[in-house]
Amino acid sequence: MDNEKLSLPQYDIPDDVQNAVAITTLDRLYNWGRRSSVWPLMFGLACCAIEMIAAQAARYDMARFGMEVMRPTPRQADLMLVSGTVTKKMVPSIVRLWNQMPEPKYCVAMGACASGGGPFKEGYNVVAGIDKLIPVDVYIPGCPPTPQALIAGLIKLQQKIDKQSLRKVHWYRKGPDVMEIPVPILGPDLIDPRRNAEIKSAAAALATKESA
Amino acid sequence: MMTAPASTLTVDLTQRFPGIVSADARPGYSGFIVEKDSLIEVATAIRDEFGFDLLTAVTGVDYFPDKMEVVYHAYKTTGGPGLVFRVQVPRVDPIEVPSLINVYPGADLQEREAWDLMGIKFTGHPDLRRILMWEGFEGHPLRKDWKEPFYEEDAKPFKSRWPDGRFTMAEDKNPFKDNLKFPQDFDPEKWTPDNDESLYQTLKRYTVKDEDGLETDRIVVNMGPQHPSTHGVFRAAIMLDGETIVGLKPVVGYLHRNHDKIGERNTFLQNMPYTDRLDYFNSMSNNLGYAIAVEKLMNIPVAERADYIRVIMAELSRIQNHLVFVGMLLNDLGAMYTPALYAFEERELILDIFEAVAGSRMMCNYLRFGGVVRDVPPYVLQKIKDLVFDRLPAKTDEFERLLSENEVLVSRLKGVKVLDAETAVRYSVTGPVLRAAGVPYDLRRADPYSVYDRFDFDVAVRPNGDMYDNYAIRIDEIRQSLRILQQAVKQIPDGPINSQKPQYQVRVPAGESYGRIESPKGELAFYVVSNGKPNPWRYHVRPASFVNITALEKMCIGTKIADFVALLGMLDIVMGELDR
Repeated sequence: MDNEKLSLPQYDIPDDVQNAVAITTLDRLYNWGRRSSVWPLMFGLACCAIEMIAAQAARYDMARFGMEVMRPTPRQADLMLVSGTVTKKMVPSIVRLWNQMPEPKYCVAMGACASGGGPFKEGYNVVAGIDKLIPVDVYIPGCPPTPQALIAGLIKLQQKIDKQSLRKVHWYRKGPDVMEIPVPILGPDLIDPRRNAEIKSAAAALATKESA
Repeated sequence: MMTAPASTLTVDLTQRFPGIVSADARPGYSGFIVEKDSLIEVATAIRDEFGFDLLTAVTGVDYFPDKMEVVYHAYKTTGGPGLVFRVQVPRVDPIEVPSLINVYPGADLQEREAWDLMGIKFTGHPDLRRILMWEGFEGHPLRKDWKEPFYEEDAKPFKSRWPDGRFTMAEDKNPFKDNLKFPQDFDPEKWTPDNDESLYQTLKRYTVKDEDGLETDRIVVNMGPQHPSTHGVFRAAIMLDGETIVGLKPVVGYLHRNHDKIGERNTFLQNMPYTDRLDYFNSMSNNLGYAIAVEKLMNIPVAERADYIRVIMAELSRIQNHLVFVGMLLNDLGAMYTPALYAFEERELILDIFEAVAGSRMMCNYLRFGGVVRDVPPYVLQKIKDLVFDRLPAKTDEFERLLSENEVLVSRLKGVKVLDAETAVRYSVTGPVLRAAGVPYDLRRADPYSVYDRFDFDVAVRPNGDMYDNYAIRIDEIRQSLRILQQAVKQIPDGPINSQKPQYQVRVPAGESYGRIESPKGELAFYVVSNGKPNPWRYHVRPASFVNITALEKMCIGTKIADFVALLGMLDIVMGELDR
């Protein structure tokens, strides 16, 4: 069901209660509450964080979208704004923070670095985009994105929330929470435990190539 | 106008230490080469006999394949040119150089950085661990024979990116299909990570037994890397006895973006936008520091109008930096949001000017070697005039009225010690923190660059070195910056904005240069070594934030944990510059 139909359920309201009753869907009500109070995690990585603060300040005022309450703890946050370069040294902490956030949770990759490494992509300590580890809902281009661009990205996120349905969202499903992401390990380079077998075989291939 | 290259002719070390010290005779180089074994003796003499009390930069240079060099830049806090001395060792592991930590404690973190990135072992350093990378990382990345996982060619722009008119992905060329590099036959399942064991090991030395031989319980508290008041991804491992801080180790590198390594493959001009992202509050100042370093090396003049534009932009940037400092400091102290909102209101007006001249609010990329990239249109100049003559002075008064005599603020800040003058100099602290401790050391006066010698302004100094002085000196500096700006917008001449033709690639003769400026956070310097090729052989940033946190341990020991956030806030660190 698309958005328009959700807000107009096509029920006739009797004349005597015309201005006293409104009919909507449960999804619409649920999403309206969630989209109007997306609380971001107070968490800044680099340059983009400054534009994020600027977007909170008077001129751009993210409070208009119900997003002014930045929570310093992941347990109370709905949105992780990855605002800056994701480095290998930092990424275990980011994944841990993400795992600590309760569902429903969203991730926005703000800026070129968080989206794909940006100007620092070739750096030896840089993870080329947070989406290598965490599922991203909205990518915002720019280096750094202006506050306007950030707000446009967050409106995009609100539109995404609007389209979700209580019947389908995974966080009310039964069964174990499979969304937990294994925390990367700092080895000779960054080790993603999900790719252990792949790393091992590629490293072994290196050795045979060398001896050949 | 050109600033005179730092001359070392005033000091003759070769006469004082015959046979041990020799003058550096390579063309384009200056300073002295010191024998490795006598380094500590010579450095002590440089500090005590010759009066170079401030060691600003320590860095390694890899002259692949034969030599490894450690370069030291020492200055006098009374002003004047500096002294460059260096040690050369054969490039065979283990590369060992005596640590200067007992002569200049400010060398601490910089030596650790040189060990981490270049693999130079500083013998006698008490805590030589990796600093920007983690323990267990393979190799020393700034060595010339260490290749990044996404390595393609030595110099940019890479031809390999478009071999037959079609792009290729760096991921496809890497055996691990990602920005990863593992040793041969590496098995991730058998790996035991360090898990900060070595860090906690060094904190253990603070565990002491009291007179009765009882060991008091000490707790280690980790603040950061995700903490709302550590100004980014800074982390401090703090050892506490009750509420008193008895030990502290800064843990940095969470935003280490490989600035130096990327910079060595970029052409000289390609580095300009990267410098924007160092101290991301002050991209204009960063541009200025880098431009000065390369212009020194190229030996070219700067167009006069451009020099004025540079000063205007650098001072505007200082004002907005200090405004944000005050706002954020109050945030850290518990006055949530209101002062910060006031500060950001003014900051937006200054960013409007940056956007109008450079096209971007924060990452300006505005300066070029010999000038600036675009002229300042008359309507922008008018806007700057409105700001510096009317709005900003009035707003600074308002700030002072709201804060400087605010009883709560004053009783929170007055008398809480930050640093005294002697310790600050010993630990190579520069910038407002040093001046708030009573040392009138401002590069705009002590070692003038650009056209600062044409303006009438005072170096802001405060005598006590407590938190209140550290706060108040920022307001003083805003006022002085406004004075400079008011003169600069009146005096700005017409004329060309660049002494050179616009060009994508500049010719830089071989040699070294050390360009330094007074950035809002302290001394920001760029050490550039060229071998005549289109890209620098060595490109090192000496950031103010990084060197300033050397003193953090000293500042915090003995204070209460509740003061830690405020003390850290006083240093005004910014992680982009600290970790690079």
